[in-house]
Amino acid sequence: MTIAVKPTQTGEPLFYLADEHPHPEGWSTPLGFWIYLMSDCLIFAILFATFGVLGGNYAAGPAPKDLFDLPLVAVNTSMLLLSSITYGFAMLTMQQNRVGATQAWLAITGLFGLAFIGIELSEFAHMIHEGATPQRSAFLSSFFTLVGTHGLHVTCGLIWLVTLMTQVWRFGLIEANRRRLMCLSMFWHFLDVVWIGVFTFVYLMGMLR
Amino acid sequence: MKTEAHTSHAADHHHDAHAHGSLSTYMLGFVLSVVLTAIPFWLVMGGALPSKHVTALVIMAFAVVQIVVHMIYFLHMNAKAEDGWSMMAMIFTIVMVVIALSGSLWVMNHLNSNMMPVHQMSGMK
Repeated sequence: MTIAVKPTQTGEPLFYLADEHPHPEGWSTPLGFWIYLMSDCLIFAILFATFGVLGGNYAAGPAPKDLFDLPLVAVNTSMLLLSSITYGFAMLTMQQNRVGATQAWLAITGLFGLAFIGIELSEFAHMIHEGATPQRSAFLSSFFTLVGTHGLHVTCGLIWLVTLMTQVWRFGLIEANRRRLMCLSMFWHFLDVVWIGVFTFVYLMGMLR
Repeated sequence: MKTEAHTSHAADHHHDAHAHGSLSTYMLGFVLSVVLTAIPFWLVMGGALPSKHVTALVIMAFAVVQIVVHMIYFLHMNAKAEDGWSMMAMIFTIVMVVIALSGSLWVMNHLNSNMMPVHQMSGMK
């Protein structure tokens, strides 16, 4: 790339890239969104590290074995995994320009996501009811921070999903909406990847401690 | 429709290698994920392996494999997407994650073993 210097009418030189060529709107969005996801990944890495350090400090309080219900976690995991594949179906039907089918798969994805959040919140409520609050021990503080942050991300994803369904309903599968659905697809699958870490590192390893 | 054709051509120019996946790749990814999720749960809930350390190592290996499966079949990662910049960003992130995780665990573990509580120290005389 060469930089051309051209004197303007006011006499000040103008710097610009000589071989700059036009790009369609949003062409850099997938890469930009990917870099956002990677920065989000660093947030989760720090929360995982915190849980790894503090996860054994029960302060004579309840341990993972007293609190975690693995069959429920397995159900929750399958909810998120099913929502991932149904979002994949939404992307496939989007490529075929089938608006109705895309909306239907998005709605099913939203229901699975809602089921995931519902199960997680009932688990949290059950734990807090038993006295296992975030204030109880360092283990519980780091547990609620890590799993809660993931849950918050899924909740944001659900709000985004409803927003995009409204957009598609209003404007159809236009280029901008396709790009937005692509970004949400990356976000949603990324959250499933983080959940793999959560169920392995927090729940399964917690039961082994 | 001329502009649309133009933008899609331009998009092709920039995302030559951008994979979208097909029904078969999504289904393959899903089936692999189900298997890779079910085995660790079975190992822990059923206590199939005698040693807890071995079980922990095995389920961590399963998690790593499943993350790779998700990356390939759901996130469509490959070395050519976005001229390789996606892969570059991911490799950088993985390096940072490994440093943050292993560094924290290593340092804090040493701190725990070197800074024993006072009552244990007095017992060691």
